[in-house]
Amino acid sequence: MDIETKKTILAVITLKPGLVAGGGAPIFIASSREEQEKIAFYLSRIMDAMVHDLDNGVMIVVGH
Amino acid sequence: MVYHTSIIGGLIAGVLARIIMLRLDYRQYPTYPHDVITHMALGAIASVIGAVFVPALMLKEYTAVTFLAVAAEQFRNVRNMERETLTKLEENEIVPRGIDYVEGIARTFEARNYLTIFTALLVSGCILWLGWLYAIAVFVLILIIVCYLKTGMVVGDIAEVVLEPLYFEGPFLKISDIYLMNVGYPPDREKILAEGMGVLIKPKDDNGRAILHNFGQRQAIVHTAAALLGTKREVGEPEFTPLARKNIDTGEIGLFILPLEKDFESLRKVIERTPVLESASRKPLDSKAGRIAAD
Repeated sequence: MDIETKKTILAVITLKPGLVAGGGAPIFIASSREEQEKIAFYLSRIMDAMVHDLDNGVMIVVGH
Repeated sequence: MVYHTSIIGGLIAGVLARIIMLRLDYRQYPTYPHDVITHMALGAIASVIGAVFVPALMLKEYTAVTFLAVAAEQFRNVRNMERETLTKLEENEIVPRGIDYVEGIARTFEARNYLTIFTALLVSGCILWLGWLYAIAVFVLILIIVCYLKTGMVVGDIAEVVLEPLYFEGPFLKISDIYLMNVGYPPDREKILAEGMGVLIKPKDDNGRAILHNFGQRQAIVHTAAALLGTKREVGEPEFTPLARKNIDTGEIGLFILPLEKDFESLRKVIERTPVLESASRKPLDSKAGRIAAD
């Protein structure tokens, strides 16, 4: 069950820079939804991680 | 001379029993050729210990009993060996078996060696006192009991499996109100909807609910399903991980898998025939308090 405790946010990809601040993960600012999805997908494949959508214009890449 | 025949008879009976028990193992654990040899060798040792027990007592060699203690130690090692091997292999499993399943398999291997000793002991004793015919009858009887014992309960006994559509609520993958996971990348969502399969495992009673509550049991179901139907889960792509999550209100389990073979009947059979793990087995309905809570 220790899978649950090992999750970390590896990157944040946002359309609205005002919604994210600080934190440990690098923030990528995208200009369109398509670009955001593309960056998120690339990052997830590079990091062997998974894309999650916070449904407010912010996507995060989480390592499981 | 009589002792010799009884020892040899016991040995043969024990080894035969072990072979039959190994044959019935296939679903639990793919026994590799070398593993078969290991278990046959250990089975033969167990049989000898069982077979010499009665003759040793007849010859008043009571110290022979201490051999049983040595044997018990030996077979505990068998359990450790199986556990260690399987736990190491777990690291490279795309869909792991889960600790409970591994423990269950290891325990089975230990117990089967004791059954081998027991078979050899009874058969050699029967040869000494009652003769060959009775010994054969006892052997057959033991085999029937062993086969009956090892069948155990399967998930199909405690729950029914029904097909249920997967759907997305925003980025959330859900099945019948059960939250499974957040999928952020739209093409992955489309792939899951097009190729994924969802089933609902509905417990038949409170006992079934308690068993399915166990995470190890659910992992065992997921592992068997992925092993037999295939999975599109790949290293570094966690989106397509098969999952089994519980509806916290009803105790139903929603199972999601992205299989290589999309076939509901097959998936249903696989789930129904997954063994109920010993460590997951709970029977709240057998207690008074549990029955009061049930109604």
